[in-house]
Amino acid sequence: MTRTSFSETDAETGGLLGSAPPRRGRGAPRLVVGKVVSAALVLFGAATAAFFAQASLPGDRATVILNIRAGQAVARTPEELAPINAEYHLHDPLIVQYFGYLRGLVVGDLGNSYQQHRPVIAIIADQLGATIVLTLTALVFAWIIMVVWVTLTAGKGPASRAIGGFFDTVAAGLPHYWLGIILLLVFALSLGWFPVIGGTGPVGLVLPALTLAIPLAGFLGQATRTEFERALDSPFVLTARMRGMGETGIRLRHVLRHAVLPAVTLSGWALGATISGAVVVEAVFARPGIGQVLVTAVSSQDMPVVIGIVMLIAAFYVLANLLVDIAYAIIDPRLRRTS
Amino acid sequence: MSAITTDAAASDLAAEIDNLAGFRPRLRVRDLSVAFQTTGGLRPIVQDVSFDLYPGQCVAIVGESGSGKSVTARTVVGLTGRGARVSAGELSLHGRDVSGLSDRQWQGIRGKEVGFILQDALVSLDPLRPVGAEIAESLRLHGWGDAAARSTKVIELLTSVGVPKPELRARQRPDQLSGGLRQRALIASALALAPDVVIADEPTTALDVTVQAQVLELLEESKRRGASIILISHDLSVVAQLADHILVMKDGRVVEQGAAADLLAAPREAYTRALIAAVPSEDTRGGSLSPAGAALLEAAPPAREVHDEVVLSARDVVKHFRSSDGSVTTAVDSVSFDLHRGETLGIVGESGSGKSTTGRIALALEQADAGTVTLLGQPWSSLPEPRRRALRSRISVVSQDPLSSFDPRWNVERILVDALQRGVFPSASARAERIRELLDQVGLPHAVLRRFPLRLSGGQRQRIAIARALAEAPDIIVLDEAVSALDVTIQAQILDLLVVLQRQHGLSYLFISHDLGVIAHLSHRVLVMKDGVVVESGTPDDIFHRPQEPYTRELIASIPVFDPRPAQEQNA
Amino acid sequence: MTATIAPAAPRPTASARLLQLPWDLFAALTATAVFALAALWPALLATQGPFAMDLANTLAPPSSAHWFGTDESGRDLYSRVIYGTAASLGVGIGAAVVSLTLAVILGSLAALGNRPTAAAVGWLLEVAFAFPALLLSLLLIAVLGPSILTLILAVGIGTAPGYARMVRGQILSARGAPYVEAAVALGHSRGRILRQHILPNSLRPLVAVFALSIGQSIVWASSLSFLGLGIAPPAPEWGALLDAGRGYITVAGWLTVIPGLVIVLLALTTTTLGRHLQSILEKGEK
Repeated sequence: MTRTSFSETDAETGGLLGSAPPRRGRGAPRLVVGKVVSAALVLFGAATAAFFAQASLPGDRATVILNIRAGQAVARTPEELAPINAEYHLHDPLIVQYFGYLRGLVVGDLGNSYQQHRPVIAIIADQLGATIVLTLTALVFAWIIMVVWVTLTAGKGPASRAIGGFFDTVAAGLPHYWLGIILLLVFALSLGWFPVIGGTGPVGLVLPALTLAIPLAGFLGQATRTEFERALDSPFVLTARMRGMGETGIRLRHVLRHAVLPAVTLSGWALGATISGAVVVEAVFARPGIGQVLVTAVSSQDMPVVIGIVMLIAAFYVLANLLVDIAYAIIDPRLRRTS
Repeated sequence: MSAITTDAAASDLAAEIDNLAGFRPRLRVRDLSVAFQTTGGLRPIVQDVSFDLYPGQCVAIVGESGSGKSVTARTVVGLTGRGARVSAGELSLHGRDVSGLSDRQWQGIRGKEVGFILQDALVSLDPLRPVGAEIAESLRLHGWGDAAARSTKVIELLTSVGVPKPELRARQRPDQLSGGLRQRALIASALALAPDVVIADEPTTALDVTVQAQVLELLEESKRRGASIILISHDLSVVAQLADHILVMKDGRVVEQGAAADLLAAPREAYTRALIAAVPSEDTRGGSLSPAGAALLEAAPPAREVHDEVVLSARDVVKHFRSSDGSVTTAVDSVSFDLHRGETLGIVGESGSGKSTTGRIALALEQADAGTVTLLGQPWSSLPEPRRRALRSRISVVSQDPLSSFDPRWNVERILVDALQRGVFPSASARAERIRELLDQVGLPHAVLRRFPLRLSGGQRQRIAIARALAEAPDIIVLDEAVSALDVTIQAQILDLLVVLQRQHGLSYLFISHDLGVIAHLSHRVLVMKDGVVVESGTPDDIFHRPQEPYTRELIASIPVFDPRPAQEQNA
Repeated sequence: MTATIAPAAPRPTASARLLQLPWDLFAALTATAVFALAALWPALLATQGPFAMDLANTLAPPSSAHWFGTDESGRDLYSRVIYGTAASLGVGIGAAVVSLTLAVILGSLAALGNRPTAAAVGWLLEVAFAFPALLLSLLLIAVLGPSILTLILAVGIGTAPGYARMVRGQILSARGAPYVEAAVALGHSRGRILRQHILPNSLRPLVAVFALSIGQSIVWASSLSFLGLGIAPPAPEWGALLDAGRGYITVAGWLTVIPGLVIVLLALTTTTLGRHLQSILEKGEK
């Protein structure tokens, strides 16, 4: 995926930023098409894996479903099982079930929950908004914390490097549940600045989002700090200093743009990881969201719900990485490599 | 040492006279010393450097890596770096003491009163921004005009440094411009506010020779317009083009300084003499470049006649590369050559000329798309790799960066033992004896065997690489930019060593370089490549004195003339 | 011009060398020793048995009698943390072994397999990597049902794709390294180059990664336990302690804060050890 520097002929036509359109379908459109195709392949693979994971569950499926609904494990009569088998097409050959499942995915049908007996898509839709708001807020917080922290501490001698790097490492390694509990105990219980049970309002969002954001900031900060110090040492920064540019200008106008590139790349992956962190954080702060649904579904083995959420998050991940590619291309017009 | 003090005293006196005459130096440096705080204490980097820079004059500081020349230049504009201790008897710019200025005061001086040009614009201009924005920044930082006036001025500046279509170029990034254009843009950004002191730190290093000539031309022009230039370089032939006064630095001290013509024609210090003698050119061919090399060459067997036997032959070799955007470039286009036994065939060309790819195809590390290579009269490029292995011992390689060609886990002993064939050296003692013999041949003490290449100097690493290439007593060695990364005195030692080894073992060299001087010094025959094609071939005498093709002529004309004696006569 | 070999400094004594260690490495080594002792000989450090109840003294805050306080049944939290070390470390090491074994196999196949194998495995890794590690673990737990073995497998498999991609990257970069080309030019066979250069250089960093991944695995496993999907209370395993303490966050915060802190310290310890191992390996110390 390496796109090396533009040739002189590219430059003649204005390249990407010039007025002339890129010739022969080269450049950004082609890259984006490639990304979309590979994203679709990833989703297809995820769906297939999820489907066969479900199919590999031990025991008779209809019996399992009935028992999940009833919350007890007993043997079932054929009369009881018949409507279940009909509802979930369990008597069809596996391959037919598989294609039926794929067809459902294309039209946005994720099947029915075993436990709640209603469409998975409806269950997810109820809870999705809260989780997405939490995740995106966390991502924004993480970027703000990270950029400020790194810009203030990077490249200012060995002592600040050691301290800055130490905090990056510690923050990146903090488990969400622990950080969440600490924040809850300190800021909600002792200081009373935030409600203990958050609800969905903006005030209740702060602590959960910070819980997700701090480890993420540490993780992104590690990559950014390395790049920041590399950029500070580069000849183009020396050239800018020789023009009479001050330290603040150097950091904000030249170095930062280079330094955030690796963190931009990592953000797509980090967004996926943040959603799984959200599962834990929702448990700590007793917030509504797909995390609660997922945990309940996993412990009751309600597979359609589990798979539905997993697929959704995979889709979210894929989308996030597409956005990351676009953001990367904006920051780095050379369009060198992405994933 | 004493020579320097008297020298400084003499120029002090001269400065007094100039002062009285109203002809004052723009920059005056006295007893400048710089030390860096390290974990092992204060480490001196520059000691007691003194010089004056007069209007319209060029002072050059010449030295090898670690000589302190760049630190000196940066200290002059207050950017020595973190942990530095600077002390100076005097450091004044336009008669004003600048040794105690604050960062903010310096910012007002840099770019306005002093312009600074670094090496290769590909890395010295922000790679993410259009060059026009970089030039405009020089203006903006010193409050020059409004945005509209600045963008007009940027176009003017680009025009003044000879950039065609300046409106288009201003919007492009360094990687979209050719080497020559982006270097001009870099110079435009440094000269934007017409500073009367310009510091150029290795301004032509890593540039193609034709671009180097353009850069020197621009510097010459700004000097004619009255700018004072401090030129920092490792390359005496570049310095000789521009300098009025030269300081030779070594290990942080000024070894010798004086008027350029005098210093080049009649150097007083041994180090300066060695530095001048180390510059390879057509005139040095057959002679030694380093003091140690002279003795070695004398002891070596005399130069043999080149045999008629062809050891390596390429016929109509073609290589295409497909880039990820689908476009195809032809890296090598119908290249043919014969390499004879005992001969050095030099391949010279600028970056992107296909010379390295040609070398890799000769080594069968790259598969040609068309054409054949034969080795010692036997099929070579057409064989599958397993069948080539038996012949691999006949041809070996030395590359530009020896360090990366050694497994980082291995010490020198393991590297050399690994290069020996078990069949030829069956016992451990035979192998141990052979690697000691190899070290003797390349002039390294046996103590290096236990050491790791990472801890050796560049010259020592290159000697290890040569020892490894010699291990199986090959007929041919392909040397790809093998001396390009070395300091000039080290380069001289390695070049002398290569000549000695060729005479001793009757080796054939395929010597690939961008450096015309090195090629001229070493080669029996020369191929000139451009855009994958052999433009011209012939003896060095033909190529350097009677070039036929326009490109070869341009190339030869770009070589900085380095001949101290005529320079003296010119100036006299 | 010849080798300038610096005179060897006088060899410091063992204790002097220990004092010269960077402070973080010194702390990490000390912590490792304490964790190892707690895992191998808990009775030496614990003040009482892990299940000894004291119903008169429930939910007591940390004090000189109960350093980490007591839980809802009056069990001493300090002793339970000590006794839980073996199980928690066991899960962490087990998961790290599973994860890296899978990573080496899949990563090597993706880098060195023939064209279709490499493409298929590479694609599989991309797909697996699209799932956040925790989700992949949850999917496995949903299929297999919660148990300690499930937990090890779930965490091991969940974290494997990331490491497998790293292994693939390492092998590919080693394969493209100039020293490999130099070996080709010497006429060495593919097998010899693989054995001598590519595998040692690409797999060596895994020593450091292994240390890192033990801590990471314990964090993942404890997250699952916290959600009630790992090891169930009243086992003294750290994750289970978190799960049990969850219900008392507002009244007895120490029940979750302290086991969590122990996990954070362990993760920091392995991270620090891993970092130092890595830099030692990279420097190619003699």
